[in-house]
Amino acid sequence: MSEYNFDYLDELEAEAIHILREVAGQFEKPALLFSGGKDSITLVRLAEKAFRPGKFPFPLVHIDTGHNFEETIQYRDEMVARIGEKLIIGSVQKSIDEGKVIEQTGKNASRNALQTVTLLDTILEHKFDACIGGARRDEEKARAKERIFSVRDEFGQWDPKRQRPELWNIYNGKIHKGENVRVFPISNWTELDVWNYIRRENIALPSIYFAHQRDCITRNGQLMAASPFLNMDSEDVVESKKVRFRTVGDMSCTAAVESDADLIDDIIQEISDSKISERGARMDDKVSEAAMEDRKKGGYF
Amino acid sequence: MNILKFFTAGSVDDGKSTLIGRLLYDTDSILADQLEALQSSNRKNDDGTIDLAILTDGLRAEREQGITIDVAYKYFQTEKRKFIIADTPGHIQYTRNMVTGASTANLAIILIDARNGVVEQTIRHSYLVSLLGIKHIVVAVNKMDMMDYSETVFTAIKEKYKTLAQNLGLKDVTYIPVSALKGDNIVQPSAHMDWYEGESLLHFLEKVDTDLQDKTTQARMPVQWVIRPQTDELHDYRGYAGRVLSGTFKVNDMVTVLPAGTSSTISKIEFFENELEQALAGQSVTIHLKDNIDISRGDTLVNSSALPIESKLIEADLCWMDGRALDPSIMYLIQHNSKTTKCKINEILYKVDINTLERHAAEEFKLNDIGRVIVKTADALAFDLYGDNRANGSAILIDSRTNLTVGALMFRASVE
Repeated sequence: MSEYNFDYLDELEAEAIHILREVAGQFEKPALLFSGGKDSITLVRLAEKAFRPGKFPFPLVHIDTGHNFEETIQYRDEMVARIGEKLIIGSVQKSIDEGKVIEQTGKNASRNALQTVTLLDTILEHKFDACIGGARRDEEKARAKERIFSVRDEFGQWDPKRQRPELWNIYNGKIHKGENVRVFPISNWTELDVWNYIRRENIALPSIYFAHQRDCITRNGQLMAASPFLNMDSEDVVESKKVRFRTVGDMSCTAAVESDADLIDDIIQEISDSKISERGARMDDKVSEAAMEDRKKGGYF
Repeated sequence: MNILKFFTAGSVDDGKSTLIGRLLYDTDSILADQLEALQSSNRKNDDGTIDLAILTDGLRAEREQGITIDVAYKYFQTEKRKFIIADTPGHIQYTRNMVTGASTANLAIILIDARNGVVEQTIRHSYLVSLLGIKHIVVAVNKMDMMDYSETVFTAIKEKYKTLAQNLGLKDVTYIPVSALKGDNIVQPSAHMDWYEGESLLHFLEKVDTDLQDKTTQARMPVQWVIRPQTDELHDYRGYAGRVLSGTFKVNDMVTVLPAGTSSTISKIEFFENELEQALAGQSVTIHLKDNIDISRGDTLVNSSALPIESKLIEADLCWMDGRALDPSIMYLIQHNSKTTKCKINEILYKVDINTLERHAAEEFKLNDIGRVIVKTADALAFDLYGDNRANGSAILIDSRTNLTVGALMFRASVE
């Protein structure tokens, strides 16, 4: 059929909406994990397309490390107000205050690893049985093995050898009490797909994604935003650079790239030309070849 | 631009991972930091070049053993098309993973080692491809470099495979001689095989017809979620949200709701803030009906002039996917689109020896067994035959004791 003009973004979008509606239909207490990054912002848009004019059948959940970019938090609060949905915040600072985790020390200290504990506690507290996340299989090779419905045990652990086969477009969300399912509706999207979708849908993003002047230091070959959350000493030289961020995580583990791209078209061009993967800017993946696999086994998203 | 989903089938040493690695490498889809990780890895080919296979082995256990255990999905794109590769393991003990990868694919690449020709594994993989109803098949005769790029070798394998394809009813088969290791005919045409007049693998993949539509008359949409805002201004709003499995729904079409059997007319089709004239296979939409009838998740909207089969007794091909053997004495759950109901395996008709394709009488199914059964369901299912409509002709079995997905079902007939 020649008029059958259903392009790749339409197809990815329709698949993601189908997955979100399966979550709504199969689970009692789902949640959408919202980090303020472009992937979870895309998820919110997809949820609007899946459930409007109704309400979302789940709250948004932000695991707040307390070390976020200010711009991300501002964006989060404005967005939640605009869409009129519920936001639940799980606080890493609270986990630290309660003694459930201990703040890392040393030059490369980060709260990234600590958020797993806060996430699992938040899941437990609210009895979430499904957590929707914006992970994509193109991000990292352990992610490439992940199912769209990924079952975690009561300790939040992922067991790559015990994954359920996932056939056709049928998703099995049956779980035992205490288990939960991590659901990844944009598994089949690439970084470029997300950007092209954001452009097509004209979705607003936190300003840190666009090139801006910022005080940075260079650490382990990466440009990091200078902030009180980074353990800086006299060796660290603060320089003002024009940068933007490709991923948005904790300020202590997300590296910037030098860039002049302040419009979405320029960003897409820059990513298309780039020879470095998105995860190349995440210090947490550089620890070992199996860093992501090991963190996922422990309950990380 | 659209998407082609394909998977590769081949046994452990046929070079499947190398082929995928080569496709990614030669289309410039591997980024500098990934390449750096490749180069610093200890795994190298005999001639010291980087081992492209490790690009696809994402798990620690896979790297340790040098084999692919689980399905991995890889993505790349050219100017013409986007590609999703399900990289599936070739080992017999991972048949279930191959079925998993194949279930969403439009095309299969079957790798044959030019040194060995058509072997038992080739038969097994081709059988699975025919069972899963994959439309397009590419037979990639690999390692041509080790056979002096000989046309005679290629032709002999092609002739032998043609017989197999005929026996299995595989229709659309394309043969390409390649060397994944050296890059011949993968992305670039080979300089070593002047006698081959066809396209490179990538060029073929770029233009093969993806045919998104299953038979156009079979309009099917399982209801996933009923949208009812129940606000003051949207007091009477009631939309049926789902993804069109096959066919086309148009405004004013007469539709029937199954299993109730009630009919109504489509009053409106919505997609977010837009109203649509029609909804096509693959689209996720919201449908409104003129009459206020009772519809909930698990019901299916179908074109009233092309009704599916409704039955509680279904003959189906079954691929068993669990370490715990099939137990005909217990009840399982069957999930068919958005509907889940109880079921039993009423009868095992036969099991297929997937190496010889012979059928045997059997009492039980163990992990990776494939054969034909009769399923008895608690509620009638509204389905089409798998051969006519993959999306509405398939289901999964769930063991309610473990909640695991234990079987893949392809509906072949109604017994009632």
